[in-house]
Amino acid sequence: MANVSMTVNGRSVSGQCEDRTLLVQFIRENLGLTGTHVGCDTSQCGACVVHVDGKAVKSCTMLAAQADGSEVVTIEGLSSGGELHPVQAAFREHHGLQCGFCTPGMIMSAVDMIKRHDGQLDEKTVRQELEGNICRCTGYHNIVKAVLDAASKMGEGAKVAAE
Amino acid sequence: MYATNYHRASSVEDAVKLASANDEAKYLSGGQTLLPTMKQRLAAPSDLVDLRHVSGLKGISVSGGSIRIGAATTHAEVASSTEIASACPGLAHLAAHIGDPHVRHMGTIGGSIANNDPAADYPAGLMALNATIVTNKRSIGADDFFTGMFDTALEDGELIVAVEIKAPSKSGYAKFPNPASRYAMTGVFVAKHGDGSVRVAVTGAGSGGVFRQSDIEQALASNFSAGALDGITVDDSDLMSDIHASSAYRANLVKVMAKRAVAAAG
Ligand SMILES: Cc1cc2nc3c(=O)[nH]c(=O)nc-3n(C[C@H](O)[C@H](O)[C@H](O)COP(=O)(O)OP(=O)(O)OC[C@H]3O[C@@H](n4cnc5c(N)ncnc54)[C@H](O)[C@@H]3O)c2cc1C
Ligand code: FES
Ligand code: FES
Repeated sequence: MANVSMTVNGRSVSGQCEDRTLLVQFIRENLGLTGTHVGCDTSQCGACVVHVDGKAVKSCTMLAAQADGSEVVTIEGLSSGGELHPVQAAFREHHGLQCGFCTPGMIMSAVDMIKRHDGQLDEKTVRQELEGNICRCTGYHNIVKAVLDAASKMGEGAKVAAE
Repeated sequence: MYATNYHRASSVEDAVKLASANDEAKYLSGGQTLLPTMKQRLAAPSDLVDLRHVSGLKGISVSGGSIRIGAATTHAEVASSTEIASACPGLAHLAAHIGDPHVRHMGTIGGSIANNDPAADYPAGLMALNATIVTNKRSIGADDFFTGMFDTALEDGELIVAVEIKAPSKSGYAKFPNPASRYAMTGVFVAKHGDGSVRVAVTGAGSGGVFRQSDIEQALASNFSAGALDGITVDDSDLMSDIHASSAYRANLVKVMAKRAVAAAG
């Protein structure tokens, strides 16, 4: 058995699990944070994407024990003070979801993508960067629109903050 | 996944010691191949020795044309390294097109070459670049390291520590990704070296894994341009045939990707 401690959405948590427990199982079953989804068995769909130490990773392809000592952010940790995160707001605004199953992973990937590109995104880059996230419903079109809109809004915000 | 025991190594020596303590132990680097394989119950190591916290296995250094990449350096780190981008742009491009962003945040160069998947990208890059693979025991040239599909010269418990490359004068990589998995259906890396020699390695196509294509190497050694390959016919007798592509289709892809790689190398 492994004793794991990590910071999840700003809160220190610890728990016991088997060494083979996946990070996604630990998040969903030990912590009860069921926003992070499991959509496949093959590490391909991206429904399980969370941020570990500031980077988007597939939580179905990491052991909870590997994340011991790390900072984890899940979809539940994005909004603050009852306000949606700009990427969440853009997904709502642009109908970037239908059934919503892929959405937590899409949003965590989008936040990571916007950060890595400093908000400077074009459609081709967004489509390429969504390589690791599969959506069965939307045809991606509105997801891409939502990411682009959030990127430009967050870019403006960053500029205003800097001025 | 079957039960396993997790260990976190603190140094190269510690990792080797932990792995040697059990016959069925395996190193765990980025986990982007090993964990999916364990989830499918196709691998069942009794013990996993995590390499992600071993500082001696990490980092990129470039000095005087010598490039050294630690085995536990992630694909994302290689892709975003300005030093690699200027010393060996083909390798930066290759790393940036492995899988997807999440896989690149975790997956490592050491894990990729230890696995030697016949459709993986790094084996083609390292073979064309005539890289040296440094382990805890010895140094192995890329031609001797990659011994066949999913097979390498590594002995049981031998740990890859780093990869060393002499910066080429030109390098380029072009990959035709499988539309579903994004692994290479055929990928070709071309490198022109300081002594004027040219090495060309092909992944995703050979029935024995990564290989060098000597006809293309010779044509490019006398004239390093895409046009020099116009008259080449690639023999398809040792190429893979599967539901994705026939060997004849792959043979054509080898030529087309080689031309694109040369054009990218400039
Ligand atoms: C969805 C998806 C898409 C992908 N697409 C691509 C692609 O397009 N192209 C591509 O090339 N790859 C692709 N990959 C594979 C990816 O690049 C992996 O990161 C890589 O193959 C293995 O590296 P790792 O660090 O994750 O190794 P691990 O999974 O941790 O280990 C793989 C093997 O190598 C051994 N090993 C690890 N490190 C060492 C070491 N230092 N010394 C000795 N042995 C070691 C392990 O014991 C294990 O047997 C993809 C993976 C996924 C999940
Ligand atoms: S559940 Fe993690 S990639 Fe599909
Ligand atoms: S909205 Fe249904 S899977 Fe994406």
